[in-house]
Amino acid sequence: MSARVLVGVKRVIDYAVKIRVKPDRTGVVTDGVKHSMNPFCEIAVEEAVKLKEKKLVKEVVAVSCGPQQVQETIRTALAMGADRGIHVEVSGKDYETLGPLQVSKIFAALAKKEQADLIILGKQAIDDDCNQTGQMTAALLDWPQGTFASEVTLEADKLKVVREIDGGLETIKINLPAVVTADLRLNTPRYATLPNIMKAKKKKITNVKPADLGVDVSSRLEVLKVEKLKEAGRI
Amino acid sequence: VTDLTAVDRALIQHRCVHSRGLGASPGNPGAAPPRLPFSRVTQEDLAFFRTLLPGRTITDPDLLKSSNVDWLKTVEGNSEVLLRPKTTEEVSQILRYCNERNLAVCPQGGNTGLVGGSVPVFDEIILSTSLMKQVITFDNISGILTCQAGCVLENLSNYLEERDFIMPLDLGAKGSCHIGGNVSTNAGGLRLLRYGSLRGTVLGLEVVLADGRILNCLATLRKDNTGYDLKQLFIGSEGTLGVITAVSILCPRKPKAVNVAFLGCSSFQQLLETFQCCRGMLGEILSAFEFLDASCMSLLEKHLKLTNPITESPFYIVIETAGSNATHDEEKLHKFLEEVMTSSLVTDGTVATEATKIKALWSLRERVTEALTHEGYTYKYDISLPVEKIYDLVQDMRGHLGDMAKNVVGYGHVGDGNLHLNITSPSKDPALLAAIEPYVYEWTSKWKGSISAEHGLGLKKRNYIYYSKPSEAVALMGSIKAMLDPKGILNPYKTLPDNIH
Repeated sequence: MSARVLVGVKRVIDYAVKIRVKPDRTGVVTDGVKHSMNPFCEIAVEEAVKLKEKKLVKEVVAVSCGPQQVQETIRTALAMGADRGIHVEVSGKDYETLGPLQVSKIFAALAKKEQADLIILGKQAIDDDCNQTGQMTAALLDWPQGTFASEVTLEADKLKVVREIDGGLETIKINLPAVVTADLRLNTPRYATLPNIMKAKKKKITNVKPADLGVDVSSRLEVLKVEKLKEAGRI
Repeated sequence: VTDLTAVDRALIQHRCVHSRGLGASPGNPGAAPPRLPFSRVTQEDLAFFRTLLPGRTITDPDLLKSSNVDWLKTVEGNSEVLLRPKTTEEVSQILRYCNERNLAVCPQGGNTGLVGGSVPVFDEIILSTSLMKQVITFDNISGILTCQAGCVLENLSNYLEERDFIMPLDLGAKGSCHIGGNVSTNAGGLRLLRYGSLRGTVLGLEVVLADGRILNCLATLRKDNTGYDLKQLFIGSEGTLGVITAVSILCPRKPKAVNVAFLGCSSFQQLLETFQCCRGMLGEILSAFEFLDASCMSLLEKHLKLTNPITESPFYIVIETAGSNATHDEEKLHKFLEEVMTSSLVTDGTVATEATKIKALWSLRERVTEALTHEGYTYKYDISLPVEKIYDLVQDMRGHLGDMAKNVVGYGHVGDGNLHLNITSPSKDPALLAAIEPYVYEWTSKWKGSISAEHGLGLKKRNYIYYSKPSEAVALMGSIKAMLDPKGILNPYKTLPDNIH
């Protein structure tokens, strides 16, 4: 199979960190706070690497949008088994207002440029909980989508996806190329082992700007305020 | 290297054989001696306690059950009274009364001790610190925390972490153990390598003596050389010299960057060389160096369904670094990992910087004790040895016991020279015990090790003290005990050997 998979990996505040709202209520404190790869993105990377190990796809490309620091996140994906990385440079105000619409436009452009056959994303990010990027990307590309995937099987040029829905599990068959979003039970991400961490240092990460892809990252949304939920009670 | 001399051996035998009564015998020095002639609790006593501690004098046998049994479920007492004071003054009144009435008392914190020191042997009154859980003060410039003895270690950690500090000690029992108990047993734990022992970090204590006198040595000073340092007597005395009611302790700053590496080694020799390399290349940022063997890993996989993050190896190492600069620490750590991988000292490994992954890697070391409880009866040995000899004991023991034991595993604070040797059998087996003891203690004594590195002596190991301490030292301990607790009401049958009188 000569398929190429694009995997989106987002750098988010670590799941275990206690979130603090900025005093001016424009957002949360991110300076000096521990960040890591979005847990659903880890699951997406694991699924892509598994497909490669089964020789069902040829190349796994990890993509992240953001400032210099997202290269760490891409390196983690490379250490898990991705072949190369693409760093889409977005920084400053543009990064603060970067959301699913702009990211999905970036992914759609990259999918065409890299001639990808499959895009695997996490179902949502744990910082904004949007759960929109996968769906929007599929719509922009006019590709089928298998969202909330708890099982993915490649059958010739079709994808069988078992989806977790409110009523239970729904199984669908979609044509490639397609977009899949990973849910919690899709797999258990592997630990990046030292030999792979060493190898990852030599893997290539190319830089690209949104403008090069013909994407305008300006936002149509304005954040009015960010507030902490009232505490229910004290321990 | 000195073997136990024939004289030493005879002395130990003599003391065991002639210890009062039938309980402890040469075949079983860990068993309870017969009950000493303390008074028994009367209705009048209960009336006194109920007036002093209304609603906090427990006599319901169902409620008492869990306080009468140790965490390992290997020793059980018959106490009929559990007292829950809230203040030092209440503790003082309890002890003054018990001393006058000649009633024995068993102080109890989180009841997580592993040598039977935290539960009654007979009908000793249980004095619990569970309601003494107030933080008194915290100074965020000096990092000095003052709190009551019943504060749970994990709660103190959470309190401090919000203020950018941490406790200087950490152990698997953190969710249940009390700081008073930690201090009374001089608990070691996972951070000793970096922050030292409680003997250095505890700055002051408030202790209630056997006759009810309150000894307030709750200094919050880093340096104070005025007279004898009394608190050192109580640290590690396992509740036999006084009841600790408050502690002041020096806390380190919370590290900004914590990394954990989980490595696999194919031999113990390579593990030791990795340790040397680690000390050299990581230096001041090293905060923990722990090991577990392949048998431990199989038990974790079998009983707790934990996954081995790397390829199967004979030995596994957990290395933690803690520092104030993430970039600096990661660079050092990666250089070290590259070195040990390319020189083949280490065959595989993984690294974590995120909190959830770090917890997952640590649980592979912290939950071994729990995994062992699923294998039946565990014989636990906590030994200090010269670091090169640590695994020799595990291997010799395997050879010595053969098929008699189901599992013989080794793990522990290898960086501190401390081995946790654990042997299991489906159920309690006196023949197996006879094969293990005194072999394990003689082996340890031969290499001038300690028969109890951090767990203490409690009930189970009190008569083995002579394997690691000379008789003159033990005699002096007896004199100090007699001076501070002439009636012997504080945690009797524990820590000091039966024939100390």
